[in-house]
Amino acid sequence: MQLDDLYREVIVDHYNHPRNYGKPEKWDILVEGKNPVCGDEIKIYISVKDDIVSDVHFEGKGCSISIASASVMTESLIGKNLDEAKLALSDFNQILRGEACERCEELSDTAAFQGVTKFPVRIKCALLPWKTIESAINGNGKS
Amino acid sequence: MPLDIEKIKSDFPIFRNAHRNNKPLVYLDSAATAHKPQCVIDAESRFYSEDYGTVRRGIYFLSAMATEKYESVRKQIAEFIQAGSPAEIVYTRGATESINLVARCYGESQLKAGDEIILSEFEHHSNIVPWLMLRDRIGVKLVYVRSTRDWRFDMDDYADKLSERTKIVSITGMSNVLGTMPDLKAITALAHAKGAKVHIDGAQLVPHMGINVKFLDCDFLSFSSHKMLGPTGVGVLYMKRELGDIMSPWQGGGDMIEYVQFDGFTTNELPYKFEAGTPNMAGVIGFGKAIEYINSVGLINIMMHERETTEYVLRRMLETEGIQLYGPTTAENRGSVFSFNYKDLHSHDIGSMLDFNNIAIRAGHHCAQPLMGKLGVISTARASFYLYNSKEDVNILIDALQQSERFLKNAVR
Repeated sequence: MQLDDLYREVIVDHYNHPRNYGKPEKWDILVEGKNPVCGDEIKIYISVKDDIVSDVHFEGKGCSISIASASVMTESLIGKNLDEAKLALSDFNQILRGEACERCEELSDTAAFQGVTKFPVRIKCALLPWKTIESAINGNGKS
Repeated sequence: MPLDIEKIKSDFPIFRNAHRNNKPLVYLDSAATAHKPQCVIDAESRFYSEDYGTVRRGIYFLSAMATEKYESVRKQIAEFIQAGSPAEIVYTRGATESINLVARCYGESQLKAGDEIILSEFEHHSNIVPWLMLRDRIGVKLVYVRSTRDWRFDMDDYADKLSERTKIVSITGMSNVLGTMPDLKAITALAHAKGAKVHIDGAQLVPHMGINVKFLDCDFLSFSSHKMLGPTGVGVLYMKRELGDIMSPWQGGGDMIEYVQFDGFTTNELPYKFEAGTPNMAGVIGFGKAIEYINSVGLINIMMHERETTEYVLRRMLETEGIQLYGPTTAENRGSVFSFNYKDLHSHDIGSMLDFNNIAIRAGHHCAQPLMGKLGVISTARASFYLYNSKEDVNILIDALQQSERFLKNAVR
């Protein structure tokens, strides 16, 4: 086990330069999540247009893993239709469970989180943004 | 007498067994739970293999033996904290249960709506939530004493808030986040002058400094075995006998009763009134051995060692660029627990990187979220020290911290 498994280059990059960070001018759905272990909080702003996730922004304080995970998540979800977004969510969960995932090669930066599975106490950090957005994506996908 | 740390470490098998990545364990989380010397582990094991029987129930030899050992630990505990009688020592599952017992059994039977309970801003969740639950049940009011700017207990604010309405003052003996040690003697005297009872959360204090309940004259004291080298699942609630007598019982069941009929019961005498069911016998016996071990090292020696450690950690942390230390910056009335942040790193990242060097620290809100808010942070890293920690452990911590920053920065290309 190497510390690099946790702090992959792509994760550290997203942590130091988070994408889609900050409160956008407008949004359709706002969801908030907390990690009770450390008190981290995240707010995610989502815009949906014609069943397409047109924008995702986030803000909050967190560790490198949760910030990088949120950043990667925004990039992964923007432009997807709701069904594809749901699949992306379940793929990420699968990665964090340490399970093989056929589609996951396509998911560029999300695959970097495979290493987190070797650090069980940090899995919650990585999942926080994805768990937080789940209700918004799943709730809307039904309509 | 200075402690021989190498000798002490050799008494704790974890330090032989928990090498990782070829690095020895640097254990800096004793404020969460302390490791166990071999004699404690052996005592528990020997009880199961040689002396095991139910306590206070059987008329056979093993039961009588077990009862004698189990009750002799109660005497040991009474002596350790200078209680007047073993009858004032109630076994619980831990300090948390002890505090819940006071809030429930004293609070519900003796307090009424509008009465006030004074706490401090330093309290652990376990000395906040039981009182919040009492408030929700009977309508008492909670009043919090502020901390001073240098993170001490504000005696002036306390004196202002204390009144005839105050019925209970429940204060930590040592903050598990900042190490702050309030002046318990003065707090208790002021409270008693207003007719209020005093409960001390001794979870952090007692393992490191001991306590003298006779000198302090406190009414209740809670602490845990597992933070003072003993097994998990055993705690103590000290209560003055006259208070124990007027309190309602805790859980119902075997042993807490004197006589039971289908339509009623009478309660047993102290301390058994609060000890329903078959207790953690092996844990109690291990705890007795832990107290014996502490006594053999010498509490005064442990205190002097920790005082030196505290001075050294403060010096190193204050001189190291980028460490933000929370809490008092002088060693007086301060325990060996240090909350800090480093540069702009999140405490979980600090925790993972130190863990990679086999350094165990705590990262998070330390079950003191209200205090975190007061500090203006979401979480901190926390290093806490005990008798088995050396100055070298401090150096390893600081070196690893400095390396960790380089790691997160260098990884960016």
